[in-house]
This record gives sequence, C-alpha cells and structure tokens, in this order.
Amino acid sequence: MSFPQTLLGLLESAPRHGYDLKREYDARFGQQRPVKSAQVYSTLSRLHRDGAVTVVGVERVDGPDRTTYALTADGVTHLERWLAEPEEATPYLQSAVYTKVVLALLSGRPAAHILDTQRTAHLTVMRTLTERKRSADLPTTLACDFSLFHLEADLRWLEHTAARLDRLAKELS
Amino acid sequence: MTEPLLSATDLHLSFGTTTALAGASVTVQPGEVLALLGPSGSGTSTLLHCLAGILRPDAGEVRFCGTRIDDQGDEARSRLRASSFGFVFQFGSLVPELSAVENVALPLRLAGVKRRPAEDRARVWLDRLDVAGVGGKRPGQMSGGQGQRVAVARALVGNPRVVFADEPTGALDTLNGDLVMEELLGAAREQGASVVVVTHEARVAAYADREVVLRDGRLTADAVVA
Repeated sequence: MSFPQTLLGLLESAPRHGYDLKREYDARFGQQRPVKSAQVYSTLSRLHRDGAVTVVGVERVDGPDRTTYALTADGVTHLERWLAEPEEATPYLQSAVYTKVVLALLSGRPAAHILDTQRTAHLTVMRTLTERKRSADLPTTLACDFSLFHLEADLRWLEHTAARLDRLAKELS
Repeated sequence: MTEPLLSATDLHLSFGTTTALAGASVTVQPGEVLALLGPSGSGTSTLLHCLAGILRPDAGEVRFCGTRIDDQGDEARSRLRASSFGFVFQFGSLVPELSAVENVALPLRLAGVKRRPAEDRARVWLDRLDVAGVGGKRPGQMSGGQGQRVAVARALVGNPRVVFADEPTGALDTLNGDLVMEELLGAAREQGASVVVVTHEARVAAYADREVVLRDGRLTADAVVA
C-alpha cells in the first residue's frame, strides 16, 4: 500500500512528529477512514530503520515524548520513484492516484505527468483485454468487458482531473 | 523503422482567435491503427482533417507516401481523398436520398465504375458487414448501428490506404459501438489499410495499436505498444 510513501510526501515540506502527520493525513486523505495512531508510529519506525526518515528532535509537552522526524535524501529518492511509477491498472485505484496528484501539487511537482503515465498504463491493459476479446467466447468477453468498463471509469476520472489541475493546485495551496 | 505512410509535422492551425493545433506532430505506419484521443475541443478532429487533406494547416506539413499534400490545391487533394482515403463520421454521413447499396457504391460511381459492378461490390461489402438485409433501405429506415456499418462498408469499398474515422461510435450504445469497431478494424486489417480514429472514449482507443493524446492542440503522450 502507499501509506508509507504518503507519510514521506507529507514530511517533505517540514519535519513533523507523528501526531501532526496523523492529523494532516486524516484531513487530506482519511476523511472516511482515519488512520490509526499506532499505524503512523509503526510506519515511522520502519521508515527510520530503512533510512528514509531521520529523528531531528524529541520534546515533551505535558505528556509522552514527541519525536520529530525529517525526510532524508534516501527518503526523497524513494518518494520520487513512487510518484513516477504508475499504479497497477486495476479497478478502484482512484484514491492512490488522487493521493499522488495531491502530493505532487503540494510539493510543486508536475502532476500532469502522473496522470499521463497512469493513462498509458491503463490503456496498455485495456488494449490487452480488447485483444483477448477478439477470439474469446461470450463468458470470457463479458469478463473482459467488466474490467474494461471499470478501467474506463478510472480514465474518465483521470481526464476530468487533468482538466482541473490548475484549479486544484490553487485550492490546495 | 519503415517510412511512415502518413505524417504530420509541427502543425499549427487557428480558426480566428481560437487555436486548434499548436505544434502537433504524428506519424502513421502502413497497416497501423492509430487513435487520436482527447476531450472535446482538444484538436483531435482538426488533426484528423489535416491528415486527410480536408483542412490545410497554417504552418507545418503533411506527407502521404513521402509526398507533401498540404501545399496541393483543392482539386488534387480531393482526388487523393477519393483514390486513397475512406471516411467514417459520427453520424449523418450517408446520403439520405440513396439506399444503402447506392450509398456504398457511391465512391466507386464517382471514380467512374459502372452502376452494375459498383453495386455488386457494394452488396459484397454489406454482406461482409452483416447488413445485407438493409441494402434497399434508406438511412432514415435503418438503426444507428446498421447505418454505421453501412458507412464502414462505404469507407472500405474503394480499397483505401487509410480510413479516417471521427468518433465512429459516438452515437451508438456500447454493444453496437463494439461491433462497429470490430468490423471496421477487422476489414481494414484484412486489406492492409491503416486506420486513424478520433475518439474521446478509452474503450474505443483500446482497439488501436497506439494512441496519441491531445490537449489544447498539443500532444501529451505517444504510447507505442508492441
């Protein structure tokens, strides 16, 4: 899943502690499914172990210690690689692509490229399914059609979003 | 890489203050099916019309079989279209006063073929596209799907080198749209014709070997798939 990379994206603008990250994640991406605090802290621990983030401070304010994390150069590389790769073209991937678009815009990266790359990945799979239909029986054809219609719906969202990137960037800033 | 059958290089075209093409370049290989994909107003139809010699760009060039065609006069481009290109449009491209057989025979009649052999060939194509039963009917008496299959037959009857299709399934439901695309591409591939299809539907673009995506008169992607 893309949660670790999302945390890296949220850390890019400034160092933060886990509670801050949870609040921003929930506000931007988790309105319907807020992330559990334990998942944030365990993910930060793994990212720290893997060298993608580093600890830049520990403070105590009327409670437990708050560890502040910052993105490392390795973390930036990891984030950029993830942003540049298309998601596997399966139905219902909207939220993963949406997350990438928002993080790209927040960091001043070209979000249109994410949509273009994803469109190409989607059409490649759709072309394979269409080719499979050419010599297929009806059950196989209808199974291919099921995937084609769902992938097409994703692509309609991609085009819809591509036409509104400038406005989205303004509203996010 | 073989020499492209058709190519457009750095095309610019404006209609008054509206820019339709702003530096579009594309190539079509022999036998290739190319989709021009983009939302309404992105320049896809304008690019197709320039490739087909219907419109002349303000700048840039279009070549067919290595010969520049955008600088040729109306008559020469009209001859080229009649001899080498076939067309399928979204709707309304059949002559309403003519029967299906007469519509399909029309390109051959305009090329000087006598009525009987032209209509015989037209009937073969209507049969091939599974619409022989509407041969005597006029366009207003056919369903949308039947009308588009008749239009496909008319586009292919003259053995064109390139078929240009502008939103060929735009007025059809998905089932009839699939049938029209399968028949158009099946027949074109059998004849070795290239196809350039304008669409805003990804499912239609997925029938192509390759797609180029236009936005605001420019190409945003040119995916090559083996």
